[in-house]
Amino acid sequence: MSLEGAIAVHRFGLGARPGEIAAASQGPKAWLLAQIEAPAEQPTPVVAASSLQSGSALVVDILAFRDKEKALNQARKAGMPMEEEGKALYKSRYDMVVNEMAARFALGFKTTRPFAERLVWFWTNHFGVSTANPRCGTFVGAFEREVIRPNIGGTFETMVQAAVRHPAMQLYLDNVDSIGPNSQAGLRSKKGLNENLGRELMELFTLGVDGGYTQTDVIAMAKLLTGFGLDNNTSGPMSADGYRYYPQRHEPGEIVLRGKSYPSGEAGTRAAITDLAHDKATAHHIAVKFATAFLADAPSPATVKRLEEVFNQSGGDLKALAAALLEDPHAFAPKLTKVRSPVELVTATYRLLDLPKDNGKPEAVVNQIRGAMGVSRMLGEFPMAAPSPKGWPLESEAWSGPDAVLTRIEWARQVSQRIPPTLDVVGLAANGLGALMSEPTSTAIAHASSKSEAVALLLSSPEFQRR
Amino acid sequence: MITRRNMLTMTAALSVCGGSAAFAAVPGEQRFVFVILRGALDGLAAVPPYGDADYASVRGGLAMAKTGTNPLLDLDGFFGLHPALINLKSYYDAKQLAVFHNICTPYRDRSHFDGQNVIETGGLVPNRFHDGWLNRALVAMGAKKVEALAVAQTPPLVLTGKARATSWMPDTLPEPDEAYFARVQALYAGDKELGPSLTSALMLRAQSKAAMDDPASKQKVKVDLVPLFAGAGRLLAGQGPRVAVLEASGWDTHINEGAGEGQLARRLSALDAGIDAMKQALGPAWSKTAVVIATEFGRTVKPNGSGGTDHGTGGAAFLLGGAVAGGQVHAEWMGLKPEALQDGRDLPPRSDMRALFKSVLAEHMGLSRAALNTSVFPDSGGAKAFKGLIA
Repeated sequence: MSLEGAIAVHRFGLGARPGEIAAASQGPKAWLLAQIEAPAEQPTPVVAASSLQSGSALVVDILAFRDKEKALNQARKAGMPMEEEGKALYKSRYDMVVNEMAARFALGFKTTRPFAERLVWFWTNHFGVSTANPRCGTFVGAFEREVIRPNIGGTFETMVQAAVRHPAMQLYLDNVDSIGPNSQAGLRSKKGLNENLGRELMELFTLGVDGGYTQTDVIAMAKLLTGFGLDNNTSGPMSADGYRYYPQRHEPGEIVLRGKSYPSGEAGTRAAITDLAHDKATAHHIAVKFATAFLADAPSPATVKRLEEVFNQSGGDLKALAAALLEDPHAFAPKLTKVRSPVELVTATYRLLDLPKDNGKPEAVVNQIRGAMGVSRMLGEFPMAAPSPKGWPLESEAWSGPDAVLTRIEWARQVSQRIPPTLDVVGLAANGLGALMSEPTSTAIAHASSKSEAVALLLSSPEFQRR
Repeated sequence: MITRRNMLTMTAALSVCGGSAAFAAVPGEQRFVFVILRGALDGLAAVPPYGDADYASVRGGLAMAKTGTNPLLDLDGFFGLHPALINLKSYYDAKQLAVFHNICTPYRDRSHFDGQNVIETGGLVPNRFHDGWLNRALVAMGAKKVEALAVAQTPPLVLTGKARATSWMPDTLPEPDEAYFARVQALYAGDKELGPSLTSALMLRAQSKAAMDDPASKQKVKVDLVPLFAGAGRLLAGQGPRVAVLEASGWDTHINEGAGEGQLARRLSALDAGIDAMKQALGPAWSKTAVVIATEFGRTVKPNGSGGTDHGTGGAAFLLGGAVAGGQVHAEWMGLKPEALQDGRDLPPRSDMRALFKSVLAEHMGLSRAALNTSVFPDSGGAKAFKGLIA
């Protein structure tokens, strides 16, 4: 087992499953690259009776939900208690989100393509869609499944175009409410622009905050995005992703964005988004985030420059970008500079201990997955639930504060109390950390006062807390 | 479907605060509780041989005396009990506690894992058996088939095997264990982010704890084992389980062990309070109960360089309960001179821990000597038996 193999598994993967470091050591870069040859895996529901629905099915669902909510409120106004009905209605929404997230966690625990999964997590977080906005709560899982997973090896342009159209994004950043003031619908309703998506598209998803745009450009981008909405044509054939363009809401006339004129209409908007996706500022912004997420809180300017060049030269090819990351001189440096985020830590722990244990009781497996979800939340991070569109922080310091560290090692101790008494802890440590294991950690494990303490120390060790 | 109720009556486990418990149901009214102290209890601290002429000098700063602050509790004029073991002393006086010294399993090396494997599997060497001796005893007793529980925590090795006994763990973080934190802190010594963060968190924790502690009661009991033992006692008192295993950690006192007060004193105090909470919870069933408290091995006779003790061989064990014929110390004492010690450093193992287990299983739980020598503790025929341990 080589050091590079262990680093491949920990820094670019999700932590070692049994035998994984040995497999990666055969050829660490090749092992990683083979994982991103195809679109990312799709999660499957962990509760048998549940399903993970498409964006368009979820649009149908949310329309039905709004009708039910309206009826419920009317009944309430009419003096009926409706308490149970209300609870059931909102519980059904909550269950949909929990099922999505449980499926996502479960995939992380077992996947044999952890690098692909890490890229999925990175890009999903990049686009920020979050259950913090309850409007889009039921859609966030579909966003990742439909926008991110198919495109981790495609171009950035394809991903951005899909992200902006998706109902999750339309709802999350309020574009469904944005109407061109001079459009048919605008003149009739006196409603107007909502700048939210237009601004974040440039500030967060493409150019970056210093990427060269003004408030005038934000308004222009918002105008360009008018007409993008949810496909509520439930009586006729619907689009697969639940997106529909409404020309009657679109701001008429040529629109100038950052000095370039775009024709009115959906094609003009798509052209504007394409230009943003290929902008030099976007390449820099993405390169910084990518390097920060995978390599170092403050990546070296040379690293950023290399990634930026690959992004520009390849036309935003995300597979080329991922491959370039692995070619960076710091990619396989032995020093573990990044602290695992809570979701990464919980996932690595479950992978190391080969959890959830399947003892033939499906509900027990679900409970173990739910347990991991609860712990992630307790440690401060939950997928697609960031408080702002900026997504979860990429820097280690977000997860290494005093209380966070104490909680992490307390959890390490708790989870280690569930190990089977026959567990070979020394073997577990050797297979789990490989050549990353330090002398002090190896000694501490060997001298621990019990097997469970040995596992707790392994989970608490800097090599495991970091990647 | 397994409900919480029948889980508790059939078989159950509790785990809180640095310990855990598992149960099994067997026929009859006798109760047997096995308490494993994981980490190697210092037998010379728990049961100081203060009458030995060499005791005070070899133990140095760890020695305790019959007089002065925190005086030890005299047992028989030669051995005493650690001052924290107030309740155990009262059982001894009521002839409900028997103390064992210079006792050890057949294991002679000093690894916690292997030592615990031997004390739980009951073999001559580690990994000789894949099931626990208490599980094999349950099979021999004709234990009712126990349903498996679909919860995550696992029963300890001593209770693993053919007779099913599973366990459960509440979703709360365990009571912090100072020794564990100290070990993690040592691992973080070279980490510029995790190290200072943990140090600062532990300082804050200590400050808030100090603020909460009543300054008037210096000898404040650390009561974190009480819920575990009381819970076990309640379950054993009813018509459900008759056998329980409890685990308590925090005995690996390599650093600043303390004597009459300190780290080990707090841990012993917690154990003592826990045992008494179990006694109270058992109520009338206490009279049908025998509790064995054992640890994987003892610790070095001499203190090490950091005010603690290192892994040793012979140590102390306890048998207590309303069913016990107590009031005596079972010890083949060899003295504390270097030539009397195992490898020149440890208490010599003069009796076999398996003999204690076997005698209790035979006298208290009615197991036949044949079953004990063949299926429960094969290879134990040579272990000198104890007699008259049960009233």
